[in-house]
Amino acid sequence: MSILGTRVMRTEDPRLLTVGGTYVDDLRVPELAQAARATFVRTPVAHALIKGIDASAALAAPGVVAVLTAADMDDLPPPPPPPADGEVEAPPEGAPLPLMGPWAEPLLAVDRVRFAGEPVALVITDDSYQGEDAAELVSVDYEPLPAVIGFDTALSGESLLFPGTTSNVALTSGAPADPAMFDGCEAVVEHTIVNQRVAPVPMEGRAVAVAWENGKLTVWVSTQNAQITRFILAGALGLDPAAIRVVAPDVGGGFGAKIGADRDALIVAWAAKHIGRALRWVETRSENMLAMTHGRAQRQTVKIGGTRDGHILAYRLDIVQDTGAYPRMSGFLPFLTGLMATGPYAIPSVQAANRVVVTNTTPISAYRGAGRPEATAAIERAVDLFAAEIGKDPAEVRRINLVPPDQFPYHSPCGAVYDTGEYVAALDKVLEGAGYAELRAEQHRRRASGDVKQLGIGLASYVEITAADANAGETARVVVHDDGTATVYTGSSAHGQGHHTAFAMLVKSELGIPLESITVVHGDTDLIPAGVGTYASRSLQLGGTAVQKAAIDVKDKAREVAADMLEASAADLELDIDRGVWQVRGDPETSRTWAEVAEHAGSDGLAADVNFTDGQPTFPFGSHLAVVEVDTQTGKVRLLRHVTVDDAGTILNPLLVEGQRHGGIAQGAAQALLEEMVYDADGNPVTGTLVDYAIVTAAELPSFELLTSETPATINPLGAKGIGEAGTIGATPAVQNAVVDALSHLGIRHLDMPATPERVWSAIMQARESQ
Amino acid sequence: MKVTVTVNGSPVGAEVPDRTLLVHFIRDQAGLTATNVGCDTSSCGACTVLLDGRSVKSCTLLAAQADGRAVTTVEGLAEDGQLHRVQQAFHTEHGLQCGFCTPGMVMAAVSLLEENPAPTEEEVRTGLEGNICRCTGYHNIVKAVLAAASERQAQ
Repeated sequence: MSILGTRVMRTEDPRLLTVGGTYVDDLRVPELAQAARATFVRTPVAHALIKGIDASAALAAPGVVAVLTAADMDDLPPPPPPPADGEVEAPPEGAPLPLMGPWAEPLLAVDRVRFAGEPVALVITDDSYQGEDAAELVSVDYEPLPAVIGFDTALSGESLLFPGTTSNVALTSGAPADPAMFDGCEAVVEHTIVNQRVAPVPMEGRAVAVAWENGKLTVWVSTQNAQITRFILAGALGLDPAAIRVVAPDVGGGFGAKIGADRDALIVAWAAKHIGRALRWVETRSENMLAMTHGRAQRQTVKIGGTRDGHILAYRLDIVQDTGAYPRMSGFLPFLTGLMATGPYAIPSVQAANRVVVTNTTPISAYRGAGRPEATAAIERAVDLFAAEIGKDPAEVRRINLVPPDQFPYHSPCGAVYDTGEYVAALDKVLEGAGYAELRAEQHRRRASGDVKQLGIGLASYVEITAADANAGETARVVVHDDGTATVYTGSSAHGQGHHTAFAMLVKSELGIPLESITVVHGDTDLIPAGVGTYASRSLQLGGTAVQKAAIDVKDKAREVAADMLEASAADLELDIDRGVWQVRGDPETSRTWAEVAEHAGSDGLAADVNFTDGQPTFPFGSHLAVVEVDTQTGKVRLLRHVTVDDAGTILNPLLVEGQRHGGIAQGAAQALLEEMVYDADGNPVTGTLVDYAIVTAAELPSFELLTSETPATINPLGAKGIGEAGTIGATPAVQNAVVDALSHLGIRHLDMPATPERVWSAIMQARESQ
Repeated sequence: MKVTVTVNGSPVGAEVPDRTLLVHFIRDQAGLTATNVGCDTSSCGACTVLLDGRSVKSCTLLAAQADGRAVTTVEGLAEDGQLHRVQQAFHTEHGLQCGFCTPGMVMAAVSLLEENPAPTEEEVRTGLEGNICRCTGYHNIVKAVLAAASERQAQ
């Protein structure tokens, strides 16, 4: 029986459970033995001119090696010259590249700061305690400017972030609204929804250690993408990529916020080279909350119309994307939201448009889902609003409008091509698994009896896009050694997902080499110069397929070698996968082990390199159903149940898939109920520590009810789609819809996230007053 | 000041600044880096260790406060190469992903089961409220702790 599809326990675990992982702060390599500590001086003021920096007191403090500011950065390549006509050329739509020209983000702040937490200076000390002390002694003279906080303030343009621009709107996209698209609709609803700013909070914050020796820069960094980081470093520091080695050691979570490397890591790398001493920077959590990118931050206006019998005919989505102080991803996030705007529904007429605005807040970037949770949240709220308007059950409205199975591949009006799907089946499975009819009956009973604790049932059906950049592909190298073991080098990069287990399973399945004899290596550009890494739920479908193909190539080579050893025709040879030996077909007497074949093949004889691309993305889908209980006296919401179908194609290892789903569901429920990064009107972060930021804990969540569905992808041999982001995409609107549903009998049609007790209680009070 | 702590059964003595936190003593003086620092507000529990058998957040104590006392970290949990039943349960139930919260989470779970050998799911959830995990959604952590508890009951 194939190992594929079975519950294989993780090979990563024993080390993590006994001696712990080796994260950047744990590295005890000789190159870092004398490493100094880097500590950032960050502005507490959101928007200000820097009138002066006085480091004299800090320089006199114990253990201080150097205090560096932008003025010291005279050994960097010059920035690209501004375009002659002053116009900035935006990257192609959908490219997640920073906007340059007047919008360009510096390394250390130059003359001006634009968000609380922006790095202004770097203090180098012998140890980290000294660093915190000395950083406090750096005196920066700030001349405050009016802070631009919130969508409306940004759009008003009364205060601008960037000299040389005429507006805080960095980019716009999409056609103006066409009211005629709603002609023929019997019911039309419009609503404005805020998809609030949240913090990714990987348990390991950002961290980097750097050694500059003999003209080579070695950078250990907590990243999802070692190779991309090397590319970014080469550009920022003006070094040949060959002079840079980037190593991603164990990485304590990423969730999109560790794609590539932030300016903070580039500054530390520059500083190590500049002062000629190895450096290590490990951010504090409070630093992480302010200076690691945040996610979401969209204001969406949805307009949806259709017939009174439930057919949706038209949908318009207008997005204002708060991109924070610097457009690090240009228009990528709202582009992806627009691409997936219709979700899993066949809606004849659809439009999406967006404006990207800068504000004096932490820059926004990818966070688990990166534009797709925002799309799903908008359409799923819109469908519920439409269902309420026509007085139909939201499950029924969904069923009427979901793309039917005979329509695949389905060309959405937004330009996406959904590959495979069983959307109605996923919805029905969740309804049945949750006991939808009984839940509605229970809700009815509680309403009839005036129960203080009201029940809410929320649905979300979704389709999402994974490996959106499938053309970039992924690399793999598989080598079988003459001791019979194998090594897999992957361009993909793990930070908790279980790549090592999954990729070893693929090799075992092809070659019959036991899991314990397979080593998976990732995240070292000296060993793996080419690769993309991990984001967009791309790892298995691209990286995994590359590993499988490389293993097959090795098998083909081994067949020739074994044929030579046995003086037989290659066509007569077989690999006994269970025993992991080569033999003449049906003749175990002739068996040759992998060790023998590899030895016969000679050095590097049994190795294969693959760069695999799917050529097109895949589209996982599913349905979530959340059940909440709302205490109508206090506004407290409790998530009682969460039932999901998440179909990501053929499953390689159910254990890993379930883990991905659990984590995403929790983060989605957390956004719906608890988490929000809040700034006051002056740009001061109000939720800048884990005491203030309502991060979800075990106590706020139930165990999740996962139902299985596997509709294979057809464009890769594994049949795999991505599963990493499904949870946040489905869970967020399902839980939000459940909260609104619990209060719908009071006339409440919408509540923004997070559904805090105060917000829920206020809505209940307001609804009662107006009744 | 001179601080001596018995870490996983072995005495570790060092001259450290007065303000040295226990977690840094463990990491830098004892050289045991499994115990992580995940926040600066005593919120996340990544640094959880046992102090004289009870769980503490080692970022919230000075090393001096542990002078003369015994600390157990996750490195000291397995005996004779055999995983502790909580470690084993985390492995079997897939109770960890990136691994960063894991040492603290395991130690918190060990302490929880010492205090309450047969907890309900609700008790496990509230008992682990001071330990944050961003990967697992807690589902499999809770499962692992309940599995470890029932295994202990069976023994």
